[in-house]
Amino acid sequence: MTNAAAAPLASPTGELVLETQGLAASYGQVQALHPTDLQLGAGELVAVLGANGAGKSTLLRAIMGLVANTGSVRFRGMPLPRSAPAKVAARGVVLVPEGRGIFGPMTVADNLRLGAYRLRDRAELARRQERVLTLFPRLKERLAQAAGSMSGGEQQMLAIGRALMAAPQVLLLDEPSLGLAPRVTEQILETLGLLNREGLSLVLVEQKAPLALELARRAYLLSVGRVVRTLEPGELTSYDELAQHYLA
Amino acid sequence: MTNSLSTTSPEAPRRSLAVRPALIAGLPWLALAVVFGYAVVVGGYPATVVSFALIYAVFVSGLNLFMGLANQVSFGQNAFAAIGGYASAILTATYGFEPLLAMLAGLVASIGCAALIGYPTLRLKGHYLAMGTLAIGLIVYEITVEWQSLTQGYLGISGIPPIGIGPYEVLSDRGQLILLAVVALAAALATARIRASRLGRALAALAGSEDAALALGIDVTRYKFLAFLMAAGFASISGSLFAHVVGFVSPEVFGLHLVILTFTMLYVGGIGTIAGPLVGAFVVSLLPEMFRGFKDYQDLAYGAALILLLIYAPRGLSTLFAARGRA
Repeated sequence: MTNAAAAPLASPTGELVLETQGLAASYGQVQALHPTDLQLGAGELVAVLGANGAGKSTLLRAIMGLVANTGSVRFRGMPLPRSAPAKVAARGVVLVPEGRGIFGPMTVADNLRLGAYRLRDRAELARRQERVLTLFPRLKERLAQAAGSMSGGEQQMLAIGRALMAAPQVLLLDEPSLGLAPRVTEQILETLGLLNREGLSLVLVEQKAPLALELARRAYLLSVGRVVRTLEPGELTSYDELAQHYLA
Repeated sequence: MTNSLSTTSPEAPRRSLAVRPALIAGLPWLALAVVFGYAVVVGGYPATVVSFALIYAVFVSGLNLFMGLANQVSFGQNAFAAIGGYASAILTATYGFEPLLAMLAGLVASIGCAALIGYPTLRLKGHYLAMGTLAIGLIVYEITVEWQSLTQGYLGISGIPPIGIGPYEVLSDRGQLILLAVVALAAALATARIRASRLGRALAALAGSEDAALALGIDVTRYKFLAFLMAAGFASISGSLFAHVVGFVSPEVFGLHLVILTFTMLYVGGIGTIAGPLVGAFVVSLLPEMFRGFKDYQDLAYGAALILLLIYAPRGLSTLFAARGRA
């Protein structure tokens, strides 16, 4: 980057897969997300940090088009539809929603199958499922079990596995560590790191900043619906500074 | 089942466990068959009661697709029963159409109306969808009352011929019963096929969480719309069947009472299950008859029986016989 010093925000190196320009969202009268520019490079893992109510989830939901939003979102340079989440998912941008959103009464196998809903090729379906079960071996033993009867960690694994069944190019994760034991969280984040090293681009929303910063190359820090800072690697040493933003 | 058995031979206990749920799951069907068989043999009044139960079962099957499988609410399905019923009545009694052709015309009209109404209405959710659909039923009711040149208002239309093809009319109670049973079973079979299909999985997903389904690339609006059209089709067929079996339609037949009755049937039988609509339609149709001897207290006994059912089988009678609620 020749003009890195002049750029107000830290930028990814190389090709962009996802780029939001002035993306803003509101729930009725309340503006939950002020115009936000986010960039995700190919094969990059970017963290979005911030306290409760900072607008992290809203950012992801706005990218998918799940909330009323303005501004633009580009995927590999092409604009994504702004109010058709199913079409966004079909293009390869898939969300693992906050609270997992798994289908409790259905079996684990059916949940996975729904992840690849648009796929009609059975052989490919079996290949993708095999890959998910290799990543999360614990799901293998539970394929015939009702998804709702599993532990929180297993449900989160299923939610991520289900999203992977769609063979996404960009995975948006909304607080995968929510309500999980530290050891399980570690396991899941490790798997996310593995997926990233294999070339998947990820946006990871986390409240537990230290965990996310172990994996992320860059981070956006949100406060009250705005990006207040963009952090690059090496800048992420002082958690005191981070804490100030949480308390602000 | 002993634990020692499962450690020595893991196959044996699994097999015997698999057979038993299959037998138990068959119990509601067996009960339905017994009641139906009794009505066929005895004929007369019992046959009439069971005929109505079967017609309701077709309606409730449609309601079950929209409310049970897709987890939406509609208080307005009676509108489509009215459209089907009136189409059959007007086209056969006034214009001399073949009953089957009239029924088909009603079906097309109902699904067409459902498409026109559903497109804007299905953007609503929860209570708002309930209110919106309730309005559909009320509007169609008003039309059947006021459009007197076509519907003869409160007087209704009589002289509707029984169902049949060409010169062959199904006149006997028994023939009619068997025909209705075939249609009701076809509705149950269709529900089972839909639930096990790709469409069924999409409906189950949007029933569970619309946002999660959307995030996976499932076009929620489209599948809700499809479920609504199918429910309207089932309602229309039941309305036509009613017209031909009774030979008479009036606005009151397809009024709010039908909505309340069919909701009761759906919940008593088991929402989201395959046998539920049939079981609910039979139980709710037969219960008042069983309490006929109570005379003045008939309604009281009927109400008490419904409350007991909802206490002891909150997810419906047919779920009592199913493993993990999948009847």
